[in-house]
Amino acid sequence: MQTKRIKWTQILLETALLVVLFSLIQYGISTRMLSQYYQINLTSMCINIILAVSLSLINGFTGQLSLGHAGFMAVGAYAAVIMTTKLDYPFLAALVGAALAAGMAGFVIGVPTLRLKGDYLAIATLALGEIIRVVLQNIDYVNGPAGISGIPKLTTWAWLFGGVVLTLIVVVNLVNSSYGRAIISVREDEIAAELMGINTTKYKVLAFVIGAGFAGLAGALYGHYFYIIKPETFNFMKSFDILVMVVLGGLGSTTGAVIAAIFITILTAALQPFPEIRMILYALILIIVMIYRPQGLMGNKEFSRQTLGRIWGGRK
Amino acid sequence: MQEFIQQLVNGLSLGAIYALIALGYTMVYGIIKLINFAHGDVMMVGAFVGFFSITLLGANIAVAMLLAMTACALLGIIIEKVAYRPLRNSTRIASLITAIGVSFLLEYLTIFFIGPNQKVFPATAFAVKAYDIAGLSILNKDVFVFVSAVALMLVLQYIIKYTKTGKAMRAVSLDMEAAVLMGISVDKTISMTFAIGSALAAAAGVMVGVYYGTINPLMGIIPGLKAFVAAVLGGIGIIPGAMVGGFVIGLLETIVSGYGNSLYRDAVSFGVLILILLIKPTGLFGKDTGEKV
Repeated sequence: MQTKRIKWTQILLETALLVVLFSLIQYGISTRMLSQYYQINLTSMCINIILAVSLSLINGFTGQLSLGHAGFMAVGAYAAVIMTTKLDYPFLAALVGAALAAGMAGFVIGVPTLRLKGDYLAIATLALGEIIRVVLQNIDYVNGPAGISGIPKLTTWAWLFGGVVLTLIVVVNLVNSSYGRAIISVREDEIAAELMGINTTKYKVLAFVIGAGFAGLAGALYGHYFYIIKPETFNFMKSFDILVMVVLGGLGSTTGAVIAAIFITILTAALQPFPEIRMILYALILIIVMIYRPQGLMGNKEFSRQTLGRIWGGRK
Repeated sequence: MQEFIQQLVNGLSLGAIYALIALGYTMVYGIIKLINFAHGDVMMVGAFVGFFSITLLGANIAVAMLLAMTACALLGIIIEKVAYRPLRNSTRIASLITAIGVSFLLEYLTIFFIGPNQKVFPATAFAVKAYDIAGLSILNKDVFVFVSAVALMLVLQYIIKYTKTGKAMRAVSLDMEAAVLMGISVDKTISMTFAIGSALAAAAGVMVGVYYGTINPLMGIIPGLKAFVAAVLGGIGIIPGAMVGGFVIGLLETIVSGYGNSLYRDAVSFGVLILILLIKPTGLFGKDTGEKV
């Protein structure tokens, strides 16, 4: 891929688009044109986008199948809620703290487990996610299985929007940097990457820590919107939800993850009255996508400026 | 000491159940290198088939177990044919994700058709009695579980060691391509492996029903994961390893919940898994084969 210098006008235009999108929805919320129902789903959508994009960095770009993403979300949620409710920190500090705490958890878990390959790693991360949940259930400081309730509702549309944009900027720029190329080379062929002098462990841990950190951010936003967090929320099923989004979107496509997160959130909202059917559909999506389109909706393609240019310009 | 031995006795039957489930994991992994996530749920289906054969058909426990094993053997063959065979030559991550999908499909189809509530395993099929032997209290259900599990393991050993199918299974797991050249039908052998593994899981499912007294559509998840830990502990792909691993996990778990905090019971077996993966990923009985480039 040739690197073109991005024009300032383009950046300005895109920033303007984001500002317009943000203000439109903000206007809808403040004038109560968007009802409570839509606001809740909008919140889930933003949180799901952050989760899916961060997991896609680990599963899609680095090729390390992690099944413990909900565990990092839990770490972030608990860290942030403790900081705001028990230690009286401002919300911004709590968000940063949540991301740092989850990133640290990712580091502690990642360094030993990322030596494992493929399915062993999947099981190890699944086990660690469950261990995080069981440990939280046994800590009295956070009320054990009952969880923490009465959390102030600090998550606003502005924070959510900021969170999504920040996640996308960090992940997209990381993937397109020299670090990103190293990360992708690990996915494509770990042994060959190692022979080329890439410190594969370093890049795997890097991707894992960043992914975990954003999962923590998502957890913090989640906790401060839905009033209550309990260990049970962050079980294996939650990790599975996020995995469905990443697989559906395409392993190795950020835009795919975003589209799939939006689609799955809408599907979940529409099937709210029939939870079993929702899960049966999820399962079928996983199986059918894997058999007939293992690369997911977007494959490893991105919907980007180039794609737009191609459509506009009419060239290949 | 008395109490310790009592705990060991309690742990043996639980360990036998884990060992039976672990055998299916290990056989499938040995032959197609796939962690069959749906295996725990096949066990759940087995438990429900057993339950309905007792309540609807009035079968006794032995017949119920046989029916469950037959039904699940078929289910195993179907799962392999529909979900795993098309993916045999794709990446292992792809088949793993499919296996997770199959697992959830089985769980939620069961919830959809039977309902999410747990069912009480009929006491008429198995009246629980306690015997007092040398100061130890031994329940007849523990004896039943242990004896039938060991019997099934002996049958399995016989099949694998002395029959043509068993020989084919060992050949395919050793080298699939060479097995094809020797005239072994790989598809048939893999089907057979799934059938046998799933039948063992179904037997374990009926035993879980007798052992815990209740069954529900999500009962397969945690025992499935623990049995997987057992398979990894013994060295995945190695049949005697799975048996030993199952007993070790069962005993460990009963001892932890007997002496310590039962809330940590689930964390302990996962902790064992992490330790094994970090210290000796090939398991207790595994040989280090090195990495081919």
